[in-house]
Amino acid sequence: MALAKTLAIRTAAIPPRFRNQSVIPGFGLTFGLTLTWLALIVLLPLGALVLKAYSLTPTQFWAILASPRTLNALKLSFGLSLLAAAINAVFGLIIAWVLVRYDFPGKRIADALVDIPFALPTAVAGIALSSIYASNGWIGGLLDPVGIKIAFTKWGILIALIFVGLPFLVRTVQPVLIDLDPEIEHAAASLGATRWQTILKVIVPSLLPAILTGFALAFARAVGEYGSVIFIAGNLPNMTEIAPLLIIIRLEEFRYADATAIACVMLFASFILLFIINRLQSWAESRG
Amino acid sequence: MAVIDAGMRSGNLSGENLRERRVTNTIPERGRPLISEPLAVRAALIAIAIGFISLFIVLPLVAVFGQAIAKGYSAYQAAITSSDALSAIRLTVIVAAISVILNLIFGLAAAWTITKFDFPGKTVLITFIDLPFSVSPVVAGLVFVLLFGAQGLLGPWLSDHNIKILFALPGIVLATVFVTFPFVARELIPLMQEQGTAEEEAALSLGASGFATFFRVTLPNIKWALLYGVLLCNARAMGEFGAVSVVSGHIRGQTNTMPLHIEILYNEYQFGAAFAVASLLALLALVTLVLKTLLERKLERKTP
Repeated sequence: MALAKTLAIRTAAIPPRFRNQSVIPGFGLTFGLTLTWLALIVLLPLGALVLKAYSLTPTQFWAILASPRTLNALKLSFGLSLLAAAINAVFGLIIAWVLVRYDFPGKRIADALVDIPFALPTAVAGIALSSIYASNGWIGGLLDPVGIKIAFTKWGILIALIFVGLPFLVRTVQPVLIDLDPEIEHAAASLGATRWQTILKVIVPSLLPAILTGFALAFARAVGEYGSVIFIAGNLPNMTEIAPLLIIIRLEEFRYADATAIACVMLFASFILLFIINRLQSWAESRG
Repeated sequence: MAVIDAGMRSGNLSGENLRERRVTNTIPERGRPLISEPLAVRAALIAIAIGFISLFIVLPLVAVFGQAIAKGYSAYQAAITSSDALSAIRLTVIVAAISVILNLIFGLAAAWTITKFDFPGKTVLITFIDLPFSVSPVVAGLVFVLLFGAQGLLGPWLSDHNIKILFALPGIVLATVFVTFPFVARELIPLMQEQGTAEEEAALSLGASGFATFFRVTLPNIKWALLYGVLLCNARAMGEFGAVSVVSGHIRGQTNTMPLHIEILYNEYQFGAAFAVASLLALLALVTLVLKTLLERKLERKTP
């Protein structure tokens, strides 16, 4: 009581510009705690990265990025992440569609399993995928006689990136599909659209913001992915070496400048993707 | 509306075609409703979905458990009770416990400040809270090396004062807190936004203190969402690999968490032991998913 009273008096004394005349207490405490914690854990460390990058001259910075090994690692990470996100967009849409629209035995289990890549530690996924696709593994053993190699090649990396990205697509498309008003489909059908036309011209356009959001989320996750990839990738420089691994290699060689420059490119990509995802989400909301 | 427009504009329907379809539409088709697909298409799509999930999700899970017990029960037991494995398990539990508690406090404070008050720059704040989701774990580890490492900004000061952060527990906790930063706040913000401030205002106007209001009004309303956030935060904290790998230094028996221990065993070709330890983390993932599904049902029942 006493606390509430003093708070009320204090509140009255503060001009209600910044704190919105709310009777609810705790703004100072929670706002202060949030900002301090955010600054200490996220902003200060990321600031250290940017500061370190500023200690490089632009020529040095570009020289690091333009070296063939860095370029190849970045190209590999971004290229395969795009491809994995695209594959997930197709199959994630089919999985979300099947889970929302159809009934079949085991549907609830299938639905729950989609979250496994979120919950399974990346190192566990990495060694599991590697053992499956190695030339003596369950799938690798079948493909090896036909001359197809997956583990320790680019395709192994692609498989790992598909694994980590799948839930993002399914889980962003699913709720939108549930909320989709069947009246719209009835309207399209009664106006003479074939089922295929309804799907392509009515359903897919209304799912598009969600699909793109899921695509961007899966892409962002894949670009930075480390744990599930390094076990199945061959980790050969210029061939199967992803950008996050190259950062670690440079760190272990004490080449901090190199690690920083590559990390800056990746951080910049994160910022851009975060911005795009935010825009996509507000687009999706404005349509819903 | 735009959606309906798009549907109406769906071109290349000649007048004749249209009339014909309208006729078929007035007669209820047998077997399937108007807005569904033929049985063959449905079966094919279900087969594709189940095939994809089996190939990419079920098979790796089966592989983990299968390889863990492939060498027999005694080998399994030996692998998970070796002193290095036990110290890795202990460290993982300690790191996860500290990270979850810290993020729980932060998540509650952030959600309270964001949903109960209006202030300029709120969207920017939310974006910054989300940022660790899209930063690579390796970059997350690197920033702490640049900050606390021997060559880092605070490195010399720390070594003068004999404080060890990198290659020790504090560094591992910091990296884990960074990657799990948004988990609790992200679950609470939408729910508390939806619930508004009316109940808290009623409690306060009846004379409850701020803390009584929080513990007796707000907390019961958000407890399931809070538990949900804690669950996901814990799963990620126990399984984090990339960020922890950069800051831990991989000292056996000291700074090795379970995922790092798995990596070392695997790279030493001790596959059986690696999968045995991995199976514990896979089990944790399965338990997390079951609890998560149960909580989701509770949350759905709560929100109308």
